Amino acid sequence: MRKTHADPQKRDGYCLGIESSADDFGVGIAAFNGEILANKSDSYIPAEGGIHPREAARHHSEVADTVLSDALKAAGVKPSDLSVIAFSQGPGLGPCLRTGATVARALASYLEVPLVGVNHSLAHIEIGKLKTGVVDPVALYASGGNTMVTAFEAGRYRVFGETLDIALGNCLDVFAREAGLKHRKGLPLGAAVERLAAEGKKLISLPYVVKGMDLSLSGLLTAATTKLKEGGFILEDLCYSLQENAFSMVTEVTERALAHTEKREVLLTGGVAANKRLQSMLNIIAEEHDARFSVVPLEYATDNGAMIAWTGVLAYRHGLVTSLDESYVKLRWRVDKVDVPWIQ
Amino acid sequence: MDTVAEPTLFKKGAEANLYLADWHERKVVVKVRIPKEYRPEALDKQIRGYRTIHEPQLMHEAKAAGVPTPLIYMVNVPEASITMQYVEGQQIKQLLNKVSQDKRRELCISIGELIGKLHRQGLIHGDLTTSNMILSGDGKIYFVDFGLGEKNSEVEARGVDLHLMKRALQSTHYMFWEECFKWVLSGYSCVLGVEAAGRVYEKIKEIERRGRYVEERKQ
Repeated sequence: MRKTHADPQKRDGYCLGIESSADDFGVGIAAFNGEILANKSDSYIPAEGGIHPREAARHHSEVADTVLSDALKAAGVKPSDLSVIAFSQGPGLGPCLRTGATVARALASYLEVPLVGVNHSLAHIEIGKLKTGVVDPVALYASGGNTMVTAFEAGRYRVFGETLDIALGNCLDVFAREAGLKHRKGLPLGAAVERLAAEGKKLISLPYVVKGMDLSLSGLLTAATTKLKEGGFILEDLCYSLQENAFSMVTEVTERALAHTEKREVLLTGGVAANKRLQSMLNIIAEEHDARFSVVPLEYATDNGAMIAWTGVLAYRHGLVTSLDESYVKLRWRVDKVDVPWIQ
Repeated sequence: MDTVAEPTLFKKGAEANLYLADWHERKVVVKVRIPKEYRPEALDKQIRGYRTIHEPQLMHEAKAAGVPTPLIYMVNVPEASITMQYVEGQQIKQLLNKVSQDKRRELCISIGELIGKLHRQGLIHGDLTTSNMILSGDGKIYFVDFGLGEKNSEVEARGVDLHLMKRALQSTHYMFWEECFKWVLSGYSCVLGVEAAGRVYEKIKEIERRGRYVEERKQ
C-alpha cells in the first residue's frame, strides 16, 4: 500500500468491502463513523470433501452481482455514494481471492474511487474490536485457515503464538468429515462437532502438543481419526476429547501471551469463535489475569464483507490506498507484515 | 515432608506461580503448577504431573551438558511443585534491548552456545524465550523453565526449538531480532559444528514453510 493525497480526512463516506478468501463471498458496507450498514454473503458448500478452490471461485463469480446488489439495497446506499472499495487481498486461496479482487478492481475503476487491499487476518481482529469495544487485546484468531495469537506492539500486530501446521477449524472440520458428518446450511461442521462433544462424557487420551507459544494440531487430528477408524469409541466421546485437547492447547498458548504481554483484554475472533466451549475456556483465563474477555458476534465471526469494509475505512482514513499495480493477491500475507498506523 | 518458610508470591506466570521462600538458610524459588480450571481435571493432572516430573530431570541433564540451571532441592508431584535455587540476576528479556550492541552480541553468542550444548546432549528446551534465561551476578547465563522440554536428538526437534527462539526474538526484541538471531546461530554452530548446525538451519526453513502463510511455503 502507498500513501495517497486523496481525501482521507473526509469525515463522511462509505466503504464497500469484498471478502472472498475461502468459501464465503461477502460484501459489507461500512460508514466512516464505524456503522456497519450491510453485511451480506453467500457460501459455497462443497457436495463432498473440503473446499475446492476453483469450484469455490466459480461460486463466487456466480453470486457476486446478487450479493453486491443485496448489500447496496440493505445499506440504502447508491454506488455513486461509495468513497472507497476495499477487498480481501490475502491470505487465502488464490482463485477465490482473485475473484474478489477482480470485482473490487472493476468497481473501483468504474466508480473512479480508490482501492484498498486489506489483510484478511487483520480484518478479523478489527471487526472484533469494533463490535465488542475492546481496544488493545490479546487476540486469538481461530478459523478454518488460521490459528494465531496476536497482540499489538510497536506499529503492528505481532504473532505471539500460532499453529505449526493445520488450523483449529480445519482440525475439527476434517475430523467431522471423517466421521461422516455433513456441512449443511446453518450448521457448519464445527457446530456439528460442538453438539456431539456436548454429549461426550469420557475423556479419551489424545496428543497434547504445545511448543513454547506455538502449538501443533496435526498429530491430534491423526490420533483422533485413527481411533475413529479403529472403532470401539463413542463418537460423542471422541468429539469431546478432540475439542478438549485442541481448545486446551490454544487456551494455554493464549494465556502465555496474556501473561507475557500483560494486556488487559482478550478477544476471540474468527469462525471458531462461535464455539461456546472455547469461549468459556478463554473466559476463565481472562478472569484469572484480571482481563476482560470479549467474543466477536456470530455474524462477524465467520468470513464477512463488513470486516473488510471497516478495515478499509481505517486504512483509507490513514492515507493508505492500493494502486492497481499493487492489487495482486497475496496468498500468504502474514498479519505481522502489515503496518497499522491507526493504532498509537 | 520438608517444607519451606514464608513463601511469598513473586511471579504469577501463565502456567505456574513462583514463590520466593527460605529453605535451610537458602533462598529458594518454589514453582507450583496451578490447576487449570479451563481443562478437564484428568487432562490437567496429566499435564501438570508430567511436566513436574520431567522438568527437574531435564534441568539436571542440562547441567551435566554444561548449561547452568538452578539446583533442585525438592519435588512434590501431587502438588506439582518444584523447590529450587533462587538465581540472583536479571532476565535476558529485560537486558537485551538496553545493553550496548557489543554486549548484545556477547549475550546472544553465549545463548547460542548454550543451546548448542543442550542439543548436542540430546536435550530440547521447548520454550526458548529470553524470559527463560537469567544473567547471574557471576556472568553465567542460567536457563530455566524446562517444563515443555524433552529428550530428543532429531533435527526436527532441534529446528523447532531454535525456531521458537527466533520467534521470541521477533516478538520481544523486534528492533534487533535479525542480528540477535544471527549471533545465536553463530554461537550454536561453534558448539554443534558447522555441518550439524547447517542441517538444523535447513530444518528451520522447512518448519517455517510448513507454517500457515509464509512467503515461500512448500506446496
